[in-house]
Amino acid sequence: MIGLQHYLVVSAILFVMGVLGIFINRKNVIIILMAIELILLSVNINLVAFSAFLGDLVGQVFSMFVLTVAAGEAAIGLAILVIYFRGRGTIAVDDVNRMKG
Amino acid sequence: MIHVLAFYLFATLVVCSGALTILSRNPVHSVLWLILAFFNAAGLMVLLGAEFIAMLLVIVYVGAVAVLFLFVVMMLDIDFAELRAGFVDYLPFGMLIALVLLAEIVLGIGIWSAGPIELAQRAAPVNPEMSNIQAIGTLLYTRYIFLFEAAGIVLLVAMIGAIVLTHRARGGVKGQNIARQNRRRPQDAVRNVNQPVGQGVEL
Repeated sequence: MIGLQHYLVVSAILFVMGVLGIFINRKNVIIILMAIELILLSVNINLVAFSAFLGDLVGQVFSMFVLTVAAGEAAIGLAILVIYFRGRGTIAVDDVNRMKG
Repeated sequence: MIHVLAFYLFATLVVCSGALTILSRNPVHSVLWLILAFFNAAGLMVLLGAEFIAMLLVIVYVGAVAVLFLFVVMMLDIDFAELRAGFVDYLPFGMLIALVLLAEIVLGIGIWSAGPIELAQRAAPVNPEMSNIQAIGTLLYTRYIFLFEAAGIVLLVAMIGAIVLTHRARGGVKGQNIARQNRRRPQDAVRNVNQPVGQGVEL
């Protein structure tokens, strides 16, 4: 029988994969954004699984808000990426030092 | 039995496509694997009885976010081979971080499943008479109405921000300025000159 643990393990693997994706694709900011989407997806799976197994709908409502933020984040991230590429002609995030942060 | 089978199918596919998303050489393939991961996650959510979130995932992620990624990847002319240069260098450190995180999460799950959980503390218990979407709508438009509107504002700000960031006013483009045309009066535009003979015209 499939229990809550199974869903949690899938979500944990997906989360870790997203973090690993951020680390191993350090230069390619597009893949980093995709890895962030993977992390948010794993969070959503987690929320929905808990919501279903505990019989509480708030998890699903919250997962919808996470989805909203993920969509906005992707739009803004890609917009920043496009203007960065327009100015520099590359998207290598290693040598992003324009703001001297 | 069919539930178990479906779960393992979706779970395997979502993990594999997640791995291929971060490992693919070609970012276009990465986006396509990401779409597959979203679809299978939606399948997992259907198995859990959360149809609304599953459909939202397909519409928002696959229909909007992934297509946005695809557009950007294909629009930008980038040498992706060069961007992969540090792949092997970062792999050990990334693996270390990933292992630490995985260990922490497994620890958390183990502790959570060992201890009792207070099931009487539910904020919004599922009503078995309502369908999933009806229950979510009831909750969303009553108790969480302000959060829902805040989510709308977040999307609005994101949209305006994306437009403001990527919009550029290009110089040297000739366009019609209707207000300026309508403002122009004959006495400003026409000049009567009594031009003497033998002198140049003053322009």
